[in-house]
Amino acid sequence: MSTIGKVTGIIANLVIVEADERVAQNEICFIKHEGTRLMAEVIKIMGRKVYVQVFESTRGLKVGSEVEFAGHMLEVTLGPGLLSKNFDGLQNDLDKMTGIFLKRGEYTEALENDKEYEFEPLAKKDDIVKAGDWLGQVKENWIDHKIMVPFTFEGEYKVKSVSGKGTYKINDTMAVLTDADGKEHKVTMVQKWPVKVPIKAYTEKPRPFKVLETGVRVFDTLNPIAEGGTGFIPGPFGSGKTVLQHALSKQAEADLVVIAACGERANEVVEIFTEFPELDDPRTGRKLMERTTIIANTSNMPVAAREASVYTAMTIAEYYRSMGLKVMLLADSTSRWAQALREMSNRMEELPGPDGFPMDLPAIISNFYSRAGFVYLNNGETGSITFIGTVSPAGGNLKEPVTESTKKAARCFYALSQQRADSKRYPAIDPIESYSKYLEYPEIVEYLNKNNGENWTTNVFFIKDALLRSKETYEQINILGDDGVPLDYHTTYWKGEVVDFVISQQDAFDKIDCRSSFDRQRYMLEKVVDVLKIEFKFDSFEEVNPYFKKVINQFKQMNYSEFESDEFKKNEKELENIIQERKVA
Amino acid sequence: MEKDTKAFQRIYTKLFQLTKATVSLQATGIGNEELAIVDGRLAQVVKIMEDIVTLQVFAGTEGIANDAEVIFTGKAPTLKVGEGLAGRFFNAYGEPMDGGEIMGEEREIGGPSVNPVRRMQPSEFIATGIAGIDLNNALVTGQKIPFFADPDQPYNQVMAMVALRAQADKIILGGVGLTNDDYLYFKRVFDDAGALDRIVGFINTTENPPVERLLVPDMALSAAEYYAAEKNEKVLVLLTDLTLYADALSIVSNRMDQIPSKDSMPGSLYSDLARLYEKAVQFPDGGSITIIAVTTLSSGDITHAIPDNTGYITEGQLFLRKDSDIGKVIVDPFRSLSRLKQLVIGKKTREDHPQVMNAAVRLYADAANAKTKLENGFDLTDYDERTLDFAKAYSEKLLAIDVNVEVDVMLETAYELFAKHFTPVEVGLKKEFVEKYWKEN
Repeated sequence: MSTIGKVTGIIANLVIVEADERVAQNEICFIKHEGTRLMAEVIKIMGRKVYVQVFESTRGLKVGSEVEFAGHMLEVTLGPGLLSKNFDGLQNDLDKMTGIFLKRGEYTEALENDKEYEFEPLAKKDDIVKAGDWLGQVKENWIDHKIMVPFTFEGEYKVKSVSGKGTYKINDTMAVLTDADGKEHKVTMVQKWPVKVPIKAYTEKPRPFKVLETGVRVFDTLNPIAEGGTGFIPGPFGSGKTVLQHALSKQAEADLVVIAACGERANEVVEIFTEFPELDDPRTGRKLMERTTIIANTSNMPVAAREASVYTAMTIAEYYRSMGLKVMLLADSTSRWAQALREMSNRMEELPGPDGFPMDLPAIISNFYSRAGFVYLNNGETGSITFIGTVSPAGGNLKEPVTESTKKAARCFYALSQQRADSKRYPAIDPIESYSKYLEYPEIVEYLNKNNGENWTTNVFFIKDALLRSKETYEQINILGDDGVPLDYHTTYWKGEVVDFVISQQDAFDKIDCRSSFDRQRYMLEKVVDVLKIEFKFDSFEEVNPYFKKVINQFKQMNYSEFESDEFKKNEKELENIIQERKVA
Repeated sequence: MEKDTKAFQRIYTKLFQLTKATVSLQATGIGNEELAIVDGRLAQVVKIMEDIVTLQVFAGTEGIANDAEVIFTGKAPTLKVGEGLAGRFFNAYGEPMDGGEIMGEEREIGGPSVNPVRRMQPSEFIATGIAGIDLNNALVTGQKIPFFADPDQPYNQVMAMVALRAQADKIILGGVGLTNDDYLYFKRVFDDAGALDRIVGFINTTENPPVERLLVPDMALSAAEYYAAEKNEKVLVLLTDLTLYADALSIVSNRMDQIPSKDSMPGSLYSDLARLYEKAVQFPDGGSITIIAVTTLSSGDITHAIPDNTGYITEGQLFLRKDSDIGKVIVDPFRSLSRLKQLVIGKKTREDHPQVMNAAVRLYADAANAKTKLENGFDLTDYDERTLDFAKAYSEKLLAIDVNVEVDVMLETAYELFAKHFTPVEVGLKKEFVEKYWKEN
């Protein structure tokens, strides 16, 4: 019998409920209001007083309204059919909702109960299994969606029966398992899991040792993100966060992509809704939407559900990781999530931390980032969640609590710079400020050199140095004037510019340049390093600028042409000619 | 202490707590956010604890006694919508300023948001005739964009101009802390243009209590939703000045003892502003709401919490700047940005629009560099000199806000300026466009 309570206080979306029976922290409850049921989550219990945050508007709500506690935390439904869906933060299927405007208290099924899937068994009678083990699989779009022993099952079970090959609906019994006491448990294709609890159905979570190809050079070449790694992109508005996230979601070498649009512009989500079903996924030849799940809680949707949305997205990602898949999770923006935490903390009259954020913000953030990772599953297969979050620092100032807390939690830092954005150097990631801790991992270095040629990391550090020296020289030139510095200052500066224009910068709107494979990146990196090592002859500093502009332009023509095509080779030849003009023999 | 007047309406006369902005009393059966009349002034429920109800009195509590009459209305703030709205001006409560009644259906303001999957991608170009906007920062129906301007800049004039040229079916003016002079200005300009029948105004002037302002944007947007969602009309909403709206929010949050965050603004500022701006939408049946707002800055500081949060919400921003070279106000091509322009330029406008736009801005940037060189006492090259000449002409003929021409004329003008000052190679347009459109002198 579920606990019943009664509303005794209302302040915006914080509601105080009086309840006598068992209530748990983070338990879900429903407040009855004019024929609808408003979903809420317990956030504090003080004696008989239970503080709940309502995921909807509380307009018109009255003291005395009945509250029904659900007996569980906020859960998501996991099963075939999650891909290609557009959910809200509470996993309601936005496409199933009626009408143009969202209705308060309207909740939908997450999955299609009547859809049939082709099932193929993987386990057999008498197998010993535990949570997360694969019992069978169905085809969901192009992936083999594993039907697993529910994550809530503790200990070992013996398979009593598994359904044979055939067509089934998601709620059909697919297997019967017997526990240690001989009790039988039926398993369907669907299971539920509380979003705030990490799914830990794996044996080991090693340090990441592979690199995830994103096709974006400023990531892959300069500051690579590991498969199963974490990174974040802070940047002021207008610096290109969204374009970058869209590029990652389109191109990253992941099996599937979960996007949490958390408190951001609705028109940006509409762009994904409109474009992704049309765009081809170069890896599978299918539409991009088929590997994408969107959790949309736009900025005008209820604030409390915004917090839930990032957890919902992470849980879905963990579910697919348990099937041995490479998942990429993008959250835009985690600052909005932190702000939602601040609003609630404020209403609860908690003592505030810096900038009014809750004191435990750093803990909440690092806890969330730690759910990403590369794992070995029970059966030895691997799966991963690579997580990249954006941060929207107030006033573009990186010394604010959300950026600082995230910096402690994430291993890669991609600093978007207003200055670069203003001078249209896109992606506006500052190649010097940004870092990837993974470049310090011996296993990653080994992996990169094995896959991209033995000189790869040496070359990467070489061009990083070139960028840094170029920047320093540029400052000198600015102070002393063009003719006040030795001639080679100018070449040093321009060599850094070559790296910037050819490698750091990339045209996200060009259909060839937008995506650069590792093969191509290796080729271009070697090419650039070769040019940087050449000694050029100039008579005066005035010759340096036009010459290098020509070099850069020719390099860019290469970037714009199909890799290894005739045009590419023609442009490369032309570049050779330009280099010979001033090369010191 | 209570007596029945009408059915469901009880009068309370015992207030036990009064602050500058709120009153508290004992009452039962009251809904959250419900409206009440306190001593003849409108108030709204902001907090309920057991049987203690706290009301925020919009006009302030000056002179209210602890035995004042409180009548609960049983409903949240509403607006009566109907054909009769057009051509009228209303106060923050949605009452016609010239008296009289509006016939129509009563709607709660600040209603639910549009389901994101039911939105359409904005795709219709809004021509304003101002080249600084149409050429460099094209606006699209369903977009939300503010002017970031210092208080001394003529943002209200520019906004009125944009509104009249924008060929919207309805223009809804939300005056938030408008000076009475500016209110009369808007009224006169719309009247002179013979456009009054397309205008609906919700006006809170500086003469009215600041907290009342909080109702104005919701009133304006509810009227906009009526025309856009039900009548499938193209609606343009003008909100000026949302900095004053945010200031009013901070007053309320301060009186509610909430902990302020950056710049003394409430922690919920982002959500509060997003709730308004996100009403901008392209509906599937052709109706749309486009929001042009004003955020006044304090001496150009965009890192302040109000413009900063606004920038993260809106789809770009427009900066006005006085160009001392030509003595006119221009739309700053560097700091202004329309995030949605890509959806229309070169698609709904001529194919070469994006290239011409970028080339002109790049040359203008070269001029800015030349200027810095000049200021630092370095010599100018011939190219530098030419960029400076170009910049002046570009400012005068295209960026100035008094320009009013079609996009094709803007493009032609740009080519004329290019040809006068540069070679095609220096401008760097695609070859096919040079062949097709370049104008030899």
